[in-house]
Amino acid sequence: MSFMSASSPHTRQVQNTSNVMQWVILATIPGFLALSYFFGWGTLINLMIASATALASEAFVLRLRKRPIMHYLCDCSALVTAVLLALALPPYAPWWIIVVGTVTSIILAKQLYGGLGLNPFNPAMVGYVVLLISFPVEMTRWINPVTLSADGQLPSLWESLVAVFSNSSAVDAYTGATPLDLFKNYDGTLAEQIVSQEPLLNNAMLAGVGWEWVNLAFLAGGLVLLQKKIFTWHAPVSMLVALTIMSALFYDGGSSNSGGSPLLHLLSGGTMLGAFFIITDPVSSAVSTKGRIIYGAGIGILIYVIRVWGNYPDAVAFAVLLMNFAAPFIDYYTLPRTYGHSKAERATRKRD
Amino acid sequence: MNDTVSNPVIDDAPIADEAKKASSVNYSEISKNGLWTNNPALVQLLGLCPLLAVSGSVVNALGLGLATMLVLMGSNIVVSLIRNVVSDAVKLPAFVMIIAAFTTATELLMQAYTYELYQILGIFIPLIVTNCAILGRADAFACKNPLLPSIVDGFMMGLGFLLVLLALGAIRELLGTGHLFADMQLLFGEGARHWKLNIFGENYPSFIIALLPPGAFLVTGFLIAIKNVFDEREKKRLAAQKAKPVKGSKRVRTTGVIN
Repeated sequence: MSFMSASSPHTRQVQNTSNVMQWVILATIPGFLALSYFFGWGTLINLMIASATALASEAFVLRLRKRPIMHYLCDCSALVTAVLLALALPPYAPWWIIVVGTVTSIILAKQLYGGLGLNPFNPAMVGYVVLLISFPVEMTRWINPVTLSADGQLPSLWESLVAVFSNSSAVDAYTGATPLDLFKNYDGTLAEQIVSQEPLLNNAMLAGVGWEWVNLAFLAGGLVLLQKKIFTWHAPVSMLVALTIMSALFYDGGSSNSGGSPLLHLLSGGTMLGAFFIITDPVSSAVSTKGRIIYGAGIGILIYVIRVWGNYPDAVAFAVLLMNFAAPFIDYYTLPRTYGHSKAERATRKRD
Repeated sequence: MNDTVSNPVIDDAPIADEAKKASSVNYSEISKNGLWTNNPALVQLLGLCPLLAVSGSVVNALGLGLATMLVLMGSNIVVSLIRNVVSDAVKLPAFVMIIAAFTTATELLMQAYTYELYQILGIFIPLIVTNCAILGRADAFACKNPLLPSIVDGFMMGLGFLLVLLALGAIRELLGTGHLFADMQLLFGEGARHWKLNIFGENYPSFIIALLPPGAFLVTGFLIAIKNVFDEREKKRLAAQKAKPVKGSKRVRTTGVIN
């Protein structure tokens, strides 16, 4: 006797893991193009090294664990981790940084916990944080966006490869601060004065030259995913709203204590990449609708707190990891009501 | 009536049992227990606080490992000596007092002879008192066994702890800073200053996470995994050595000849 296998009537198409993952990768293309436009070849090199390392280390662990290798490689989840990590790392980072980060992501944060679906933390962010803690100098070395570089040029492809593979100082001439660095480094200066002193900020339309477009591009990619119903709007929207509220509250009229305007926080650093590609990770985030709102808001608040009062200029990775910790706890308290019951009942309720 | 009569017999039983044990004490078993099968750090997971906190370099690991070993042996000796005169009710407080006394003595010794190391290890020397491995051995072994086996047990358990601590310290120092045996003069005098080995060369970028607590947890996890791999192999080898069951039909014929 055979059963007809069909999906529920309200789902119109079958989505499998590899499909979803491919869409996520495709949706990063606008962000990738923006990064490449403003910062040159570095992002592409990051992407190549990270992808190769991710596939190799995933295959290695799957072999050790005696799992079907091609089956798991084809679900593209390792590739997504590699892409997200590569986009988050500064371009022209030495090759070994990318390799160490990717190996940490795949082996330590994902496979040691049992592979896709069992990792409590977002693998790409674990890799990023391990790198940020271990190699702070290399991890905070960004170059100036092309429109601001001295002669309107970016490192050539050859210069980029030399910088990445020989650990030389080939791109040192191009390095500059990010908008978030600027706000962090000035103490006791009015927000207005910082903006007027720094070409990175006063040549910008919304937040910071280059960075605003990178973030808008990631936002566009994220909206495509939202439209494709790859994830729901709850976590990203609540994170962005929380970040906006926090930065509006502590903008302080642009005083010398100001943490920077809401637009600066929304459109610089890894805000949009985090909002649409990192915190929407179905494995490590909260699962219920209400839970996702709390989860996103927690990340938004933590991002602001760490950016402004912490030691690091950007904080998406730390905020995401901290809330990943809290996700099971949030899920426990935000269990949805089952259809037909008058109130939600916890699966782990104590029985006397 | 019967109860009162039988009570003394039951009371005597442990002493008789102990005497029997003492006569047939198995030192290689004790050593194997301390170093491998029942290793305080890798199997019992006791004393994790100092294990993870000060194993950032070989010299720290060695300093704390030796101090712990000293306290462990001392407490095992004294606990074993007083095992028949301390009642169960005050057993644990007495053990803790003994361990605290030895810890204080060790702390004073380190303050006198290795002052810089004493300052580096800081609070973790007094915290040896709270190392569960020591109280655990006092309670599980020393208070039930005579002097000599208790000394051997203390030494072997201490050595097991020290070796794991050293392995952790070496791996973390190597990963974190790229060299080995730095600052050994803190423990072995000026002559040991040049023991420092630059394994990965001068340009090694320090992998700081290995020196931070997460690194300690990760390396410990891998060490435990490696030990489990060895145990698994050993188990398989022993299983393979066992005689295989006889092949062929095991059906038992219950009736006469069937043609």
